[in-house]
Amino acid sequence: MPNAVPLSWYLILSAVLFALGVAGFLFRRNIITVFMSIELMLNAVNLTFIAFSNFLKQVDGQIFTFFVMVVAAAEAAVGLAIILTVFKNRATLQIDEVASMKN
Amino acid sequence: MQHLWLIPVFPLAGFLVNGIAGRRLPKAAIHLIAVATVALSFAWAVKSIAALMPLEAAHVERYFDWIRVGDMRIGCDFAVDRLSAVMLMVVTGVGLLIHIYSIGYMAHDHGYARFFAYLNLFMFFMLTLVMGANYLIMFVGWEGVGLCSYLLIGFWFLKKSATNAGNKAFIVNRIGDFGFSLAVFLIMLNFHTLDFGGVFAQVANWPVEASVGTLTIVGLLLMLGATGKSAQIPLYVWLPDAMEGPTPVSALIHAATMVTAGVYMVARSSAIYLKAPMALEMVAVIGLATAFFSATIGLVQNDIKKVFAYSTVSQLGYMFLGLGTGAFAAGIFHLVTHAFFKALLFLGAGSVIHALSGEQDLRKMGGLMKKTPVTFVVLLCASVSIAGVPFTAGFFSKDEILVSAYHHAPWMFWLGAVTAGMTAFYVFRALFLAFFGKYRGDAHPHESPAVMTAPLAVLALLSLAGGFIPVPKFLEPMFPVAEAPENFSLVAISVAMGLGGIFLAWFFYVAKPELPGKLAESFGALYRLMYDKYRIDELYNAVVVKPLVEGSRAVLWKGVDAGLIDGTVNGVGAQVRGIGGVLRLLQSGNIRSYATWVLLGSVGVLIALGLAGGVK
Repeated sequence: MPNAVPLSWYLILSAVLFALGVAGFLFRRNIITVFMSIELMLNAVNLTFIAFSNFLKQVDGQIFTFFVMVVAAAEAAVGLAIILTVFKNRATLQIDEVASMKN
Repeated sequence: MQHLWLIPVFPLAGFLVNGIAGRRLPKAAIHLIAVATVALSFAWAVKSIAALMPLEAAHVERYFDWIRVGDMRIGCDFAVDRLSAVMLMVVTGVGLLIHIYSIGYMAHDHGYARFFAYLNLFMFFMLTLVMGANYLIMFVGWEGVGLCSYLLIGFWFLKKSATNAGNKAFIVNRIGDFGFSLAVFLIMLNFHTLDFGGVFAQVANWPVEASVGTLTIVGLLLMLGATGKSAQIPLYVWLPDAMEGPTPVSALIHAATMVTAGVYMVARSSAIYLKAPMALEMVAVIGLATAFFSATIGLVQNDIKKVFAYSTVSQLGYMFLGLGTGAFAAGIFHLVTHAFFKALLFLGAGSVIHALSGEQDLRKMGGLMKKTPVTFVVLLCASVSIAGVPFTAGFFSKDEILVSAYHHAPWMFWLGAVTAGMTAFYVFRALFLAFFGKYRGDAHPHESPAVMTAPLAVLALLSLAGGFIPVPKFLEPMFPVAEAPENFSLVAISVAMGLGGIFLAWFFYVAKPELPGKLAESFGALYRLMYDKYRIDELYNAVVVKPLVEGSRAVLWKGVDAGLIDGTVNGVGAQVRGIGGVLRLLQSGNIRSYATWVLLGSVGVLIALGLAGGVK
């Protein structure tokens, strides 16, 4: 394929996305944002899988990506349900305010 | 093969049955089993010895190799020679009589089955000791009888004094056993065998040691073992206390058989002692000192069993005097006659105690001649025998020892003769105090049942006529004949001493009963000293027991146990707690701090991988 985007660009993009996800997970207070950050990290990993799959001409990476997407979908369903319940009970989405198991 | 192993195994079977099932068996079954097994082993011993006669050399039976190390083989061997034949007859014969006697004596005791089980176990170990054909089998029996002695002294274990006496006997015997085991090690080292035959054959080629050499050390160590088991100075202190046990036990173990194990062992090792004159001299000196010393204590004791206990110590001293002066056969002869008359003395004392429902204090007896005539007659037989009245059993054996002592060193004879006088005095003192005069107690004395008096009668016969059993002649092939010629004046002196002792006892306690009290007053200090047994127990307490206990308390307990061991364990615990206290801070419950740790960790891993040059 002529003028193909080199592998390293994909990896750099993936690393940047992952770092953003980590940063969001660590520093944001809103549960929804934290949740989205997790999705961002998952998809950064997916991107790496796809890139290598394409680079190595092997299908394994794509299969793994499907697995990750399935798990992520299930996780989104359960996670959003939890978030809804938390909001109903506590009327807040600030992550520090639902630390009721501490002490 | 004579199947000698059956002799000890019969009582062992009795022990197992009574020990395991005794609680559920009726009394009749218990004593039937116990007595029958001993009777069987007596019968089997008689049969075996009769079949082996004339028994010129030892008949050894090897059953299996017990220990095989390098070129040394220690077998599970039993042997019978003339020496062990004599011992077998004494142990099984007197043992049988005492078992029968115990049926009556222990009739009202709750531990009936336990008692007979222990007694049978004792017979097993004693027979093992006597028949063992090497030092190790002998040692097994030696330790086993010590165990049984402990169990039976503390038989009434609810009594504090009884358990204390048991402990004392066990611990004091450990000291002696320490000597014995060192001697066995030395023999193993020098002769590469423990078989009696093998060791003595090699010893025969050794020179007589003029100064301290290997054989002398072996002899002295064996003697240390013997002083423990046979209650000689300095380890005799346990035997008087051992009287806390039931009286048949005192008769069987602490008079007739177990305490003579030391005498038997020294006689068995005569080949070693003959090459080590210094050790043999030591045996004689210790024996004589013990004989004299404990006789003086026996003069003033008020507990009838204590009197006989010190008498036992004293008579054992006589046996060692015999051995030590080279008259091994005479020592064993005295062992045999002593087994008869001392067992009888104890069993008779038991009969008196039984009649008085447990009273042992001579001051609370008196006038029992009419109430318990049979007991009186048999005790009289035993007393004349131990006093050495001519033609009784004690006369012959004691005489041979004293003659041998005279030819060894005259002063030994004189001291021995004085001791003989004291022996006669204290035995007849006990007899007169118990049976003459007026009754001073408040129990209702009654004669003992026939099951007790019958064994007494047999022993009385043996005490009187046992001297005509030609034991020394029988042992002649084993031991070189003592060249001592018959010396009538020596015999006359020792007999006169004995009769003088009897007369003095009669004078003090029958003719002028107020005299002993006055005498005790005028010699107050000496009397107190003898009455308090020279305060040897107190001395041992202050010199040995106290420092040991205090040292254990201060160093071993407070220092080593509480300080070092507990300190280590507690210190480890405290350290873990401290580290945990720090690590606990990590577990904050804050999800984002965990995530931070994960991040830092993965960054760390990546850096490490980068430094290591990446994944290969």
